[in-house]
Amino acid sequence: MRKTVLSLAVAAVLALGAADSARAAGEIKLPPKDWSFDGVFGTFDPAALQRGLQVFKNVCSACHGLDFVAFRNLAALGYDDDQIKKIAADFQVQDGPNDQGEMFMRPAVPSDRWPSPFANEQAARVANGGALPPDLSLMAKARAGGPTYIYNLIGEGFVEPPAGVEVTPGKYYNKYFPGHMISMPPPLSEGVVEYADGTKATVPQMAEDVSTFLMWAAEPNLIARKRMGIKVILFLIVLTGLLYAVKRRVWSDVAH
Amino acid sequence: MAFQTKNPVIRWIEYRMPIFSFIDHSVGSGYPTPKNLNYWWNFGSLAGVALMIMIATGVLLAMQYTPHVDYAFRSVERIMRDVNYGWLIRYIHMNGASFFFIVVYIHIFRGLYYGSYKAPRELLWMLGLVILLLMMATAFMGYVLPWGQMSFWGATVITNLFSAIPVIGDSIVTWLWGGFSVANPTLNRFFALHYLLPFVILGVVVLHIWALHRFGSNNPLGIDVKGPQDTIPFAPYYTVKDYFGIGVFLIAFAVVIFYLPNYMGHTDNYIEANPLQTPPHIVPEWYFLPFYAMLRAITFNIGIPFTGVVLIEAKLGGVITMFGSILILFLLPWLDTSPVRSAKFRPLYKWFFWVLVADVVMLDYVGSQPPEGIWVPIGQVCTAYYFIHFLILMPLLGKLERPKPLPVSISEPVLKGSGPVGAAATAQPMEKA
Amino acid sequence: MADIAKPAHGGGGDHDGETRRDFLFLAAGAVAAVGAASVAWPLIDSLNPAADVLALASTEADLSPVEVGQSLTVTWRGKPIFIRHRTDKEIEEARAVPLSELPDPETDQARVIKAPWLIMVGICTHLGCVPLGQKPGDPRGEFGGWFCPCHGSQYDTSGRIRKGPAPKNLVVPSYKFDTDTTITIG
Repeated sequence: MRKTVLSLAVAAVLALGAADSARAAGEIKLPPKDWSFDGVFGTFDPAALQRGLQVFKNVCSACHGLDFVAFRNLAALGYDDDQIKKIAADFQVQDGPNDQGEMFMRPAVPSDRWPSPFANEQAARVANGGALPPDLSLMAKARAGGPTYIYNLIGEGFVEPPAGVEVTPGKYYNKYFPGHMISMPPPLSEGVVEYADGTKATVPQMAEDVSTFLMWAAEPNLIARKRMGIKVILFLIVLTGLLYAVKRRVWSDVAH
Repeated sequence: MAFQTKNPVIRWIEYRMPIFSFIDHSVGSGYPTPKNLNYWWNFGSLAGVALMIMIATGVLLAMQYTPHVDYAFRSVERIMRDVNYGWLIRYIHMNGASFFFIVVYIHIFRGLYYGSYKAPRELLWMLGLVILLLMMATAFMGYVLPWGQMSFWGATVITNLFSAIPVIGDSIVTWLWGGFSVANPTLNRFFALHYLLPFVILGVVVLHIWALHRFGSNNPLGIDVKGPQDTIPFAPYYTVKDYFGIGVFLIAFAVVIFYLPNYMGHTDNYIEANPLQTPPHIVPEWYFLPFYAMLRAITFNIGIPFTGVVLIEAKLGGVITMFGSILILFLLPWLDTSPVRSAKFRPLYKWFFWVLVADVVMLDYVGSQPPEGIWVPIGQVCTAYYFIHFLILMPLLGKLERPKPLPVSISEPVLKGSGPVGAAATAQPMEKA
Repeated sequence: MADIAKPAHGGGGDHDGETRRDFLFLAAGAVAAVGAASVAWPLIDSLNPAADVLALASTEADLSPVEVGQSLTVTWRGKPIFIRHRTDKEIEEARAVPLSELPDPETDQARVIKAPWLIMVGICTHLGCVPLGQKPGDPRGEFGGWFCPCHGSQYDTSGRIRKGPAPKNLVVPSYKFDTDTTITIG
């Protein structure tokens, strides 16, 4: 039995190792960062989420969409219904056709999803020198490194290009962007946002807050998942222990 | 041990349709099983459990999913965000595929180690391989459904394999797609087949179990059951052992679902499919990587030397190699010439078995790496070794190896209170003459 | 996963351990049953309305273009909502009926917020068909209200069942007047 367990463990490590290396191939190394939502007991800090929302709303949302997030979802950030209605009402969404057969704009309501800043991909490209600002709803899951990548990209990545590197006009040098030439200008500068809770809006602070917010946007059920996981695993351990005891009992009269 | 009960309802049904005695005979106390099965024999029932989990969660996901290129990605995100417990069901299904393959691969390697494929269980083995092929087709098509970047490009690359077939290849690919690229008709048919194939698998599983019951399970000693003293009833002994195994399996499964749900996936599949842009690294799911490595290992045309005549182009060669790696397993019962089943008594094969395991793990790793530099020759050597193992080593080992003496019966080593070595004195010289 | 350890007829003998064995079997079986039930709930609940469906639970309607005697149908939660701007005669008829004549007694006053505006879910309470009577040419039955073509249920000008197999009056949804001419349903 011990041998079996050992072999199984080795097999698991090998299999997982292969999966891990699949992802690690050809990547830029990111400095590690600790997150409040890491680990078995990880959780989101509502204050950080609210600050992140503020950064997203005031900075990112000028160019980036957040299509999979509806205003009603902001309840998870600790806002009540009236606050959500107020946040939503700041945005205009297209509705219609009305009785005259025309599309019209109206203030957003909680059930609306976050409106895209551009009408379509072509409009987005023409407004951004040919580049397409990606939707950020899933960004924290769609890039290797997730929130750590986002944090490093916007918080630490914009540096002077090394000597000899020519930066194409319309592009910016970024240490952590694959290929290093990014079309996005450095989005954050100290004080670009004035935090409602009085936190000092330094670049790393804003980068951390908005990365946390985007992690929530990408995986809104992360906390529920981790909470449930503890219970499920503890339950399974008890059940398996009982089953092992039953197995021993049943097998006690077999010589083997 | 005939099936008996006092319960009048069961007796009423049993008289009209003997289903209870059938179950009892299949997985109950009426099924005598070798008493010495170890924990590696748990993986068959685990595979059955994995199939059930996949079907149950899959049916529920299908009720929320929209198989249309404009809505597929969005409907999966809706499952993840809005559907009650949708994230849980999807993560179970997504990681369930990986766990199903882990369990089945261990099940297959167990068969390889203990010679479970050998007479008279050849058909049982081949039915298992049919299940593996069906699983691969199902998993591949399922991976396309979320319509992420990896879904789309995986579908494009794998369907393009068929273009390697001479003359009619391109027509076949167009037929598979239902168009001129992977598009909405492709997604629709993949969804239909992804829903259908698991039930075909279920059917073949029934055949697999039917064939199993003809001669019963093999066992770690690889010798035949000599009489009732060698067996115990399947229930309760192996049912309860399987329950315990399921418990352990579920713990490992839960750890991944709740704490590493995207670990075995690829980040690019959280980007919606874009037919105009291929991701920088296309990597299949881990369970396909050894085969993917073999596909890429053939980087050269095969022809008549010094004449420039090309018989098989590199592309076709890769496809043949990849499919051949599984098809060759169908021949294994005849490629293995040893009269002894279990590697326990095969001092040389035992080592080559572990070399094969290492070779496949290495191929898995090579498959994950970009096809450049040192990885190309390493992949080629590993691929060559894989085929050498089955085509050359297996037939040769049977002839060259001197197996250890086999115990007389399964209960013998137990009665002697020592391992098979102690039983050697009384063992018949079953090694090849 | 719904497996419950079956204390089967195996082993035999072993009288000393019998009690402890039974207890173990029961405990394992009970815990497994709890597990199976807890797994069942998320699977079942996934088929209940999702968060995005629940979020669309209210609809606004503008009544200003509906003249006296006209009708309007809007959609709320995927169901038709009948809005009728009733004439004085229709209101009078509805209020003149003695409650004793009604299969499902209810006063007209209890079914409206403002007397001219009758607002109901347009689903026959029999088996879910949509009754006729919204368009000017539709049959309205003997009582001048709505007529269900499926099984012949007839509703009066207050949407109350008068004749036919339907057991209940047409349902009045919860709604409120935001202004004199706009309402929010739900």
